Amino acid sequence: MTIVREPMWDDAPRSRTQALCRHLLQFLSTLGWTARILVSSIAAFPSVLIRRSGRADFAAQLYIVGIRTLPVITVVSLFIGMILALQVGLELRRFNQEIYLGAAVMLTLLREMGPFACGISLAACVGSAIAAELGTMKVNDEIAALEIMSISPIRYLAAPRLLALIVMAPILAFYCSVIGTLGGGIVGSTQLNVFFQQYISSALSIAETKDLFVGLLKAGVFGMLIGTVSVAEGFGTKLGATGVGRSTQQSVIVNFLLILMFGYMITRVFYR
Amino acid sequence: MSKLIEFCDVVKKFNGIPVLNGVTFSVEKGEVLCIVGPSGTGKSVTLKHLVRLLTPTSGSVIVDGVDVATCSDAELVKLRDRIGYLFQGGALLAWMTVAENVALPLEECTKLPDREIAVRVRHALRAVELVGAADKYPTEISGGMQKRAGLARAVVRESDIVLYDEPTSGLDPVTSITINRLIKKLNKELGITSIVVTHDLQGALAIADRILLLKGGKAVECSTPAEFTQSQKPDVREFLAAMKGETT
Ligand SMILES: Nc1ncnc2c1ncn2[C@@H]1O[C@H](COP(=O)(O)OP(=O)(O)OP(=O)(O)O)[C@@H](O)[C@H]1O
Ligand SMILES: [Mg+2]
Repeated sequence: MTIVREPMWDDAPRSRTQALCRHLLQFLSTLGWTARILVSSIAAFPSVLIRRSGRADFAAQLYIVGIRTLPVITVVSLFIGMILALQVGLELRRFNQEIYLGAAVMLTLLREMGPFACGISLAACVGSAIAAELGTMKVNDEIAALEIMSISPIRYLAAPRLLALIVMAPILAFYCSVIGTLGGGIVGSTQLNVFFQQYISSALSIAETKDLFVGLLKAGVFGMLIGTVSVAEGFGTKLGATGVGRSTQQSVIVNFLLILMFGYMITRVFYR
Repeated sequence: MSKLIEFCDVVKKFNGIPVLNGVTFSVEKGEVLCIVGPSGTGKSVTLKHLVRLLTPTSGSVIVDGVDVATCSDAELVKLRDRIGYLFQGGALLAWMTVAENVALPLEECTKLPDREIAVRVRHALRAVELVGAADKYPTEISGGMQKRAGLARAVVRESDIVLYDEPTSGLDPVTSITINRLIKKLNKELGITSIVVTHDLQGALAIADRILLLKGGKAVECSTPAEFTQSQKPDVREFLAAMKGETT
């Protein structure tokens, strides 16, 4: 598929209604275009992994997604775990049920908050950077140059980024759950008189494989959404430096919304 | 001689406003055509039509018998493989060194062995006098050097058509002459058909087989350098006078 697209209309809209219709059509076409980017990127995964340069790009993206984000992700998930433990713990204490603190925190993290923390961190750290980088390339004609040289921007730029996000997001989500649980344990033992050992055994007794897998699946879906949206925003950038700013902002907003919506929907499908 | 590139009555509108308004010209195989004209008249837009980065609102662009706007994707790929393109801004990839940028089209699209690629890249860099900057990143070199690196990348594949968007603007006079000589040399020795968008009238007079003046969305004049300077059309006289005023 070609990335450098022209506006759908050569002339200015003649009336308000026409302008509105065009906006709608434009929106639908952008949706379709984004879906095509996702599908063609997935189709390009094998050719990324076959080529030496492709594997190098993929490894570089894994590093960017997985390692460079660790400081932020660690702090975010630590605090989410601590907040959860404090809120839940105070309520549980009213009923003398603090022994279940570990279970409550762990479940929430595995099923929901771990993937969520991972998702928003990746959208903010990685997604925005992808949109800005590809957007700058677009307005500098670099994407056009690649297309003319018959180097598919999908294979060369989109696929390694998307694949790295899909692979790394579940791993990071699991890491978030672990760190969050530890954070909860610290709050439990220092603020709520729950022994750390008791907390951990409560947490481990409740965790089921299903919770783990649904959480990981959720994170994988988030990774895919972030990759697709950010790449599409970057590739769709127009109008110079302001356009790059707009695409970056837009990619973060859309990613946050989608993470919330898909988070809810996946939970709804697996727990009812 | 046969017509390799043909623009037939091309109209291109952006948001209702025509930038190209019925442009017609043709380029023969092995020819150097220089496109001159005031800033913002659609010279870059014209070049972009040749590789379907833009498509005409009406009219047609034909390269070697293939209608660029309507041909299949497979034909487009074949066509693009034959065309080298120097973008106005250079369009180098920021995370690669100059040498890697120049090697990119060879590495990704040919099956040449690494050693052969290295030789060709070195050759191309020497031609644009950038051997010293081979291992620098695009952000570490000047705008003029970036442009020359882009030029090296455009010609490294030895395509049979090369489109140059302002190859000499932003360069000092001495380097400009080197670049113009290079364009002419590639044209002479390898028979590369070239379209050169330029603001450098002296350069154009020196290398062009024909000069095309684009103004107000029309091809006002298209003739050999000798005829061009002698042309009595008011637009050409005005353009030549403006150019003379600039150089003196
Ligand atoms: N993608 C686009 N969308 C809207 N308008 C465009 C687009 N590309 C070019 N234009 C308009 O077309 C006109 C011609 O642009 P072009 O870049 O071809 O000028 P030029 O002749 O190359 O000028 P210069 O010598 O400054 O490079 C400009 O007025 C520009 O605003
Ligand atoms: Mg231009």
